[in-house]
Parts: sequence; structure tokens; C-alpha cells
Amino acid sequence: MADLRELYQQIILDHNRSPRNFKQVPDASHSAEGTNPLCGDKISVSVKVAGDVIEDVGFQGSGCAISQASASLMTSAVKGKGVEDAERLFEAFHEMVTGPEGSAADRKALGKLAALAGVRQFPARVKCANLPWHTLHAALTGTGEPVSTE
Amino acid sequence: MVIRQASAAPAPSQQLDVERVRADFPLLRQTVRGKPLVYLDNAATSQKPQQVVDALQHYYTTENANIHRGVYKLSEESTAAYEGARSKLQRFINAAESREIVFVRGATEAVNLVAHSYGQTALGPGDEILLSQMEHHSNIVPWQLVAEATGAHLRVIPMTDEGELMLEEYDRLLSPQTKLVGVVHVSNSLGTVNPVKRMTELAHDRGIPVLVDGAQAAPHMPIDVQDLDCDFYALSGHKMFGPTGIGVLYGRAELLEAMPPYQGGGEMIRSVCFEKTTYAPLPTKFEAGTPHIAGAVGLGAAVDYLSGLSWEAIYAHEMDLLEYATASLEQIAGLHILGEARNKAAVVSFVLDGIHAHDIGTIVDQEGVAIRTGHHCTQPVMERLGVPATARASFAFYNTREEVDALASAIAKVREVFG
Repeated sequence: MADLRELYQQIILDHNRSPRNFKQVPDASHSAEGTNPLCGDKISVSVKVAGDVIEDVGFQGSGCAISQASASLMTSAVKGKGVEDAERLFEAFHEMVTGPEGSAADRKALGKLAALAGVRQFPARVKCANLPWHTLHAALTGTGEPVSTE
Repeated sequence: MVIRQASAAPAPSQQLDVERVRADFPLLRQTVRGKPLVYLDNAATSQKPQQVVDALQHYYTTENANIHRGVYKLSEESTAAYEGARSKLQRFINAAESREIVFVRGATEAVNLVAHSYGQTALGPGDEILLSQMEHHSNIVPWQLVAEATGAHLRVIPMTDEGELMLEEYDRLLSPQTKLVGVVHVSNSLGTVNPVKRMTELAHDRGIPVLVDGAQAAPHMPIDVQDLDCDFYALSGHKMFGPTGIGVLYGRAELLEAMPPYQGGGEMIRSVCFEKTTYAPLPTKFEAGTPHIAGAVGLGAAVDYLSGLSWEAIYAHEMDLLEYATASLEQIAGLHILGEARNKAAVVSFVLDGIHAHDIGTIVDQEGVAIRTGHHCTQPVMERLGVPATARASFAFYNTREEVDALASAIAKVREVFG
């Protein structure tokens, strides 16, 4: 149960139950769709970028607690940030869930996103946590191509 | 927890000695995180009895040589083992002739073979391929590919909320344009046992051939292709306690005779010159290249193993598990079982209110319980039932009521975690 508690922390359960920014941004400048063909998870991310700043961001879709919480935490984390800062956060997040255990400083830089560090112990679930980020990345880089975790 | 008693206990002679058969499956002795493995993902793949593992080892240590070629003793032995396996499979599904048994990689390749070889020649623009709504993707996508190539269209036999095919609709959909019916014998995601004999009869009344995907049926019930009267029947070895990478396409001889080869290569020819190649007779015409000889031998051992058990006893035991699991899981608040066909194999697909199937899968795994979560390669079924995914416990004859209890208490843990 110890690993499970680390995976399903209260903050994750909370963001799953009441996801933040669960919306289509009305005047979005960027958007993308993401799917995980393995489990059928679907997500769409819409972003309004003004200058180089993410003015608004939202997501919609269905999926497991990990993917929903990750999307919710992600939108909260990148709103109001520069596009480059968001991309850097994506790299740090990706490193946290796939790489070796990071330092306390790394975790601090990730803020609330660090709640998803427990995913590292569950290789089958890493894709769930990453899907929203890949989709955001696709939206921001404007490839317009649907993203797949496969 | 209310426990429904199994109806009509089978006669003692027909009772399955579960502890004895479990002892034949070495993998089931494993523990996961200090807890006994509870393997309930048999619809994905089954575990292998020691007899199959031994047959593979025996083949590789004493009989291995290429078949049908060498004039030396070892090659003769290898050929005899391979062709012996074919005869075992023929008897197992009661095919009229052993040349109607084509060894393939699995049910997926069996369907692809028919789609490619039969479909490419029999289908043209405007023709229809009639498939059921509960087909596995492996009995959908090959037909989409051939439809694209030939200008044919797919039509779909709808199903009810309970997960039963609508036979009246099926009857209506059979038309002069229908050139083939493809239907799954037992649904992998819902457990529905389809009335394939009756469906074949209705199709044959109009001269339409029928392909049955039997991958999920073979581990649960005796198969008699002559009684079903179907034209093609697909099997996957690994789902019926045999090795991975081997399966069977049964095809009615006159249909197979008329079909062009699926793949070209060695073995499948009679004579080759650059102007013209003539093909080998059945079934070799469809077995280009060196086949999975060891796999066929292992699958032969698997059907030997099954033949040593009683189907009546297996059926009684699995129905007991199905009833017990259904009753146990129904007691769990917020749990809904999907697939309530009257005729059902031991598969229980379910969802929990507010909790995604993947989260269920991860949490029960911590208790040593292996179940499948997701769309089970049946996205049209998920779409029809309005769920993105389900959790699925699928049973084999070696599972026990205690394992159902372990599943139920693992699901209780899911509730605990999610609060």
C-alpha cells in the first residue's frame, strides 16, 4: 500500500475529482488532441498564447485518475507562464516520471507537479501522466498532428 | 456478502479436481509482492501446463530438424511430430480432413489469410462483409484493408444493451451483396457466446460463407466445425494453453482449394520456374517458409492435455466461477457488470462509478490480482456501451472461488484508496 499511497496522493485524487481548467479555451490560438491507444484515453488541450505568454489553457477528455490529475495540475502550472518556461517544465516533469529519483531541489522547482513523482514506480502508468504534456507540447509547437503515446 | 450457491452440483465423476490441474501449471505457484498470484487475465493469454513446456523441450532436445525436406531420420521424426500435431488439431475441432488444418501464427493471421486470399478474389465494388459489433479488432481491421482494396463495404450486426447480437437484424442484413459473414464465437470483452451454428445456417441459406473467430471459445468448450458447419474457424494456440506464435485456420477444403496462396516462399510450391510456379496441395499451399514446428508440437500437447479433462467438468466449474464472481462483484457498491448475455463464458467485465478501469487495474495488482483493463481491442463494444474502458476478469478452469474472493477484496482496496 505504501507505493499506492504515493501514487494516489490526496492532491491527485482531488484534481481527479475536481479537475481545474476543464474547458475549451474560447479564443484559443493553439490546440491539439492526444490519445493513448493502449487504454483509449483521450484528451484535448487548448491554449491562448499572447506574445510569448500562456494567457489561458484548458483541457477536456476522459481517462484515468493519473491522466486527469496530470492534465489538471499541468494547466494550473503553466497558466500565466512563458511558452519556453512551459516547455522547460515539460522536460523536468518528463525527467521526474521516467528518470532516476531527482533531488529535493528538482522537486521544489516542479511545485505541485511533484505529486506525480510516484508514477515512476509504475512503468505501465507513465504514459498516463505524460499524455497531457505531450498534447500541450504538440499544441504549442503547432504541429496540429494528433499525439499518440505509442 | 451474499454468496449464491452453484446450481445443480455436477456428478462426482464429472467434478474437476482443481487442485490437481493447478499443480500442472507451474506459473500459478508464483507470488506477487509476497501475495499469491491470482491470474484472471486468461482471455488475454492462458498459462501453460508442464506437459506443453515439456513437449517444447522434448522437441528441441530430441526431434529438431526442418520438416518435409530431409531424407534423414531426424527430419522424418520432426515431420511426423508436426503432422501428428495437425492430426490432433483436426480431431480436436472435428474437421473432416487434416488438410483443412492450416498452421498460422494465431487467430489474427488466420483472419488475415482469409481476408487477403478469399477476400481479394471473392469481393468487388459494392459487395458487403457482414461483421458483428462485438468483433475483436483482429476481425475488423483485416476486412477494412481488403474493403479498401476491393471497393467492398463493411456492415455491422448490432447488439443489445445486454451484449447479445440481434438475430433479426442479422437476418435482415444478409443480402445478395453479402459475400462473407465474420462473427466471434465468444466475445473477449463481454463473454457472450454467440449462436454461431444458427447464424451459419441463416447465411448458408443464402449461399454466404461464414468465418468464426474461435480464439476465446476453444479454452472453454468443445469445438465441432462440422456441426457448426462454418466455412472458416480461427484459433490462437496461446489462448488454449499452448505456446504463443502458433494458431490454426480451419477452412472447408473446397474453399481453401479455390483460394490463391497467402504468402509465397519455400515449402508451398510444387515446382518453380521464372515463367510459372505451381503450388503445393493443401494445407502446404498456405504454409510458406519453415513453420513454427515446435509451436505446433506444443499446441498438440495442449489439446492432448485438454482431451484428458472432461468438458462437462470444465463447463460446470467455470459456470460456478462465473455465477460466484457475478454474485460477489454485484455486492460491491457502484460496481456495474457489462455483458449480461444469457449464454456467457466465464468473463466478467465491469466498471466502478467514478473510478477509471486503469486505476482499478493498478490497485488490484498490488494485491497480486492480474486483470485486464482498457478497451480489450473491442473499441466498437466500448462505444456501444458508452464506456471508455472496462476492467475484466476472465477465468480458466484452473481458477478458484478463493481467487474470486481475492479479486473482490482487492476491489474493496480500490474504494479505500479513492476514499
